[in-house]
Amino acid sequence: MKQADFVNIVMPFKDKVFRLAKRLLVSREEAEDATQEILLKLWKNNKKIEDYKNVEAFSMTMTKNFCLDRLKSKQAQNLKIVHSNYTDGNTSLQKQVEAKDSVDWVSKIMEDLPEQQKIIVQLRDIEEYDFAEIAKMLDMNETAIRVNLSRARKTIREKLTNTHGYGIK
Amino acid sequence: MDMVLNNIEKLIEKYNNAETTLTEEAQLKAYFLSDDVAPHLEHYKPMFQYFLESKKEQYTKDVPLNSKKTKLYQWISVAAVAVLMLGLVVPTFIGPSEQEKREALMAYNQTMEALSLVSIGMNEGKQQLNSLVLVSNNFNHGIEEAGKLSEFTKTTNRIFKNK
Repeated sequence: MKQADFVNIVMPFKDKVFRLAKRLLVSREEAEDATQEILLKLWKNNKKIEDYKNVEAFSMTMTKNFCLDRLKSKQAQNLKIVHSNYTDGNTSLQKQVEAKDSVDWVSKIMEDLPEQQKIIVQLRDIEEYDFAEIAKMLDMNETAIRVNLSRARKTIREKLTNTHGYGIK
Repeated sequence: MDMVLNNIEKLIEKYNNAETTLTEEAQLKAYFLSDDVAPHLEHYKPMFQYFLESKKEQYTKDVPLNSKKTKLYQWISVAAVAVLMLGLVVPTFIGPSEQEKREALMAYNQTMEALSLVSIGMNEGKQQLNSLVLVSNNFNHGIEEAGKLSEFTKTTNRIFKNK
């Protein structure tokens, strides 16, 4: 496979890889590094790629695993990924005030979701994959995906309703 | 309008239970990104806006496929620098042989002769010559270094080929 062919294959979904990486790693730089490493891994396996029916799904699975591993090793080293908008896991009123507007506030709410839910919301609500594709990518059954997705959506709704009720916009 | 609202309320209920299809979710997105969202549903707006905005983020760096080559190239540079350092360090320990000293002296004399020819008619020539005498003090080491430099040239050629 030539480099140009490979670039043509990954071009349509490299942004999706990057966005999933950023969803999990939060920092833009970390996500860029991760994307680079994932694309490089794919390129090194480019002979196998021709055998895969769905390179995109395979790449998304790889991205998920890569980022979760990275998060785990950071935790093991007791290091926190440094990024400008680091949150301590509590969605406090102060954070609501800090959020520039209600759209930023949604991104903070997303940061506090469990990783599994983050990934599913990312793949469904942002990337708009169908459930069968997500099931393949995450090696989960569709019911489990729906359960997690429903939990995530309800958490977001609840936090947004509260914010709205307090009149913070 | 009420029918639309009724429909949206049902869809959002289904949405929260993760029972909507992609088509239905597209309908919800279109509704919440429009300007006439019912007040009691308005808190959903930023969520759908956020989803839309997030999808616009792009990976702007290059697709990196040349790292192997780059690594090899870097190692060759390191090797080249090492050879150059050897060329500078080794002669100070070993020093030139008598034969080399004689050759160096001959080269030096020839150079001085040529330079004095050049300096004729030049007022500044004398001054420059003084600094050249200083340079020539280290000239004895020069021959040995020249030998090492030919090795360096070989490596350099290799680098260019690699490029």
